[in-house]
Amino acid sequence: MALVNLDQVHKYYGDLHVLKGIDLKINKGEVVSVIGRSGSGKSTLLRCMNGLEQYQEGGIVVDGKEVTTEDIQVRQLAMSVGMIFQNFNLFPHMTVGENIMLAPTIVLKKPKYEAERIARAMLEKVGLGEKFDSYPEKLSGGQQQRVAIARALAMNPKVLLCDEITSALDPELVGEVLKVLEQLAKEGMTLILVTHEMNFARDVGNRVVFMHQGKVWEEGDSNTLLSNPQTDELKQFIGAVL
Amino acid sequence: MLHFADLLQYSDVFFSGLLTTVELTVLTTILGIAVGTSCASIRQYGNKTSQRVVSIYVELIRNTPFIVQLFFIFFGLPALGVRLSPWEASMIALTINLGAYSTEIIRAGLASISKGQIEAAKVLGLTFRQTLTRVIFIPAFEKIYPALVSQCIIVMLGSAVISQISVEDLTYAANLVQSRNFRAFESYLVTAALYLGLSILLRFAFNSIGKRLFVYREAP
Amino acid sequence: MIEFSNYDILRNLLFATQWTILLSLAAFIGGSSVALTLTALRLTRNKVVHSLIRGYVELFQGTPLLMQMFLCFFGLSMLGYEISAWGAAILSLTFFTSAFLVEIWRGCIDTLPKGQWEASRCLGMSFLQILRYIILPQAIRVAVAPTVGFSVQVIKGTALASVIGFVELTKVGTMLNNATFEPFKVFTLVAIIYFLLCYPLSLYSKVLEKKFNGSR
Repeated sequence: MALVNLDQVHKYYGDLHVLKGIDLKINKGEVVSVIGRSGSGKSTLLRCMNGLEQYQEGGIVVDGKEVTTEDIQVRQLAMSVGMIFQNFNLFPHMTVGENIMLAPTIVLKKPKYEAERIARAMLEKVGLGEKFDSYPEKLSGGQQQRVAIARALAMNPKVLLCDEITSALDPELVGEVLKVLEQLAKEGMTLILVTHEMNFARDVGNRVVFMHQGKVWEEGDSNTLLSNPQTDELKQFIGAVL
Repeated sequence: MLHFADLLQYSDVFFSGLLTTVELTVLTTILGIAVGTSCASIRQYGNKTSQRVVSIYVELIRNTPFIVQLFFIFFGLPALGVRLSPWEASMIALTINLGAYSTEIIRAGLASISKGQIEAAKVLGLTFRQTLTRVIFIPAFEKIYPALVSQCIIVMLGSAVISQISVEDLTYAANLVQSRNFRAFESYLVTAALYLGLSILLRFAFNSIGKRLFVYREAP
Repeated sequence: MIEFSNYDILRNLLFATQWTILLSLAAFIGGSSVALTLTALRLTRNKVVHSLIRGYVELFQGTPLLMQMFLCFFGLSMLGYEISAWGAAILSLTFFTSAFLVEIWRGCIDTLPKGQWEASRCLGMSFLQILRYIILPQAIRVAVAPTVGFSVQVIKGTALASVIGFVELTKVGTMLNNATFEPFKVFTLVAIIYFLLCYPLSLYSKVLEKKFNGSR
């Protein structure tokens, strides 16, 4: 069974039909880029995968567990699904180290020394080993986002959801974050990204999912799909962003 | 002419009154903020019914004078079989009063925390209680800290009224002294100065606590 | 002993409410006049004036209103100035109200961006013209909601005048309590009347605040 399974997922905001029957299977180790215009439902789709948004019909199973918005479910899911946000959402009153150690100590109940060992290792991994005792607001946006990645990794997730994680960054800082992602992809991490970075989607990603009007409009191997789009909508979209 | 020297022999009266006021202030500040924090959390994150109950509590207290609340608790409640000593009645009245005002203030702090912070805690697997205590409270308090401090001082100064139900606080001491030596102006002036000192001290204490709590604001 | 019916109690309380309202109005008018004068003085940007006003605010915000009333009432008469409870109440409430209003209004003027002063000066306007045409119209819009909100504190503050013997709502409440021995009923009624006076103002202040924030 695939790591992430979406089966005919429908979501409504009141009368608004946002997701119209999404089927998607994502295997372990895949790097999937979800692209599309704003309002196409791509972020909503991502947020349904870890219970941040409720869906009304269909089913989502991640790592063998059914996804609902029940608090308990979301918390159990936190062990297998990590998420990184556009606005970093680091906790401002905690040092970088404390940010990363928080969930391992109070959710996974690891002893402090163990959590600290993990935190330092994860920080090394994103190239910020020396920032352990800094406060988030003293860091650049790119550094903050790398800390957010380290924080998610510290929970040892099976899949990482990235919601437009480079959109709030100054252009010169985008590269350092993508480099970390690329490294993770090489190590076999399953990544699902909502992104506008077409080059990254093509060079690092295995698969592209193009969302349009709440549906998966087109999907396939990233190289093939981006160089040879089938539908007019995708052609237009690629023309607009490149 | 003013004769402050006449007051010296009453310094122990003033001191014991001061002690009572300080004692009550420390106790009710802690309890009041605890009540305010709980009610603000309910008001911001609770269900409709509990939100409504909190709103009614807050509006009732904010729109009636403290002295009437005090008289109601001290004189009125015994009719329902609740008999309280002046000290107990004062403590309850002050706590309820600060609780209501701080509910409004702290809620504004909670409202200033972005939804993203709460979501980030959620996807890391924190329970809502953990999210509140570990993630939300400190930044929320930082936002409204000056207003909260001012309110605590206002309530401390308002406590002068409890002398009216014979709690032997600082104001009670002032009344006692002036009734004995008829130096009303001097007696009240000294007392006013002591209250002013208390306000400054309370603000100072809060600021040093704030420095520890919000260390991330000052970090290099 | 005279028997008091519920009607008698209510009638007496409502009669006393007039004095509460009158005292509130007097204090509010007195307080805002003083605050207005102080605010105007503040605008001169004289350092000495600033620190004097600062001291005034600290003094009256840092001591209990009750103590201010005692000083005005017992204190002044000890010093040889005869003053009625009514006079002492108005005087002390005026100090109290002005100290808070001057702070509130300072905040309102300070929220206006500095660029407003600079831009007006560049247009060749005089200090008074800037004040009259640029600053005040904007500051007043910001100030209305918190000022209305503070009027609630003034009404509640008048309750302390009962302690120095001024016969208003709270005082009549304690008198009726002594006469009827029905504290629960009497103080519930007193609280309800205060609530009916204050709550509409609180509500109005909130509406004004929303309206202002909405239009910005």
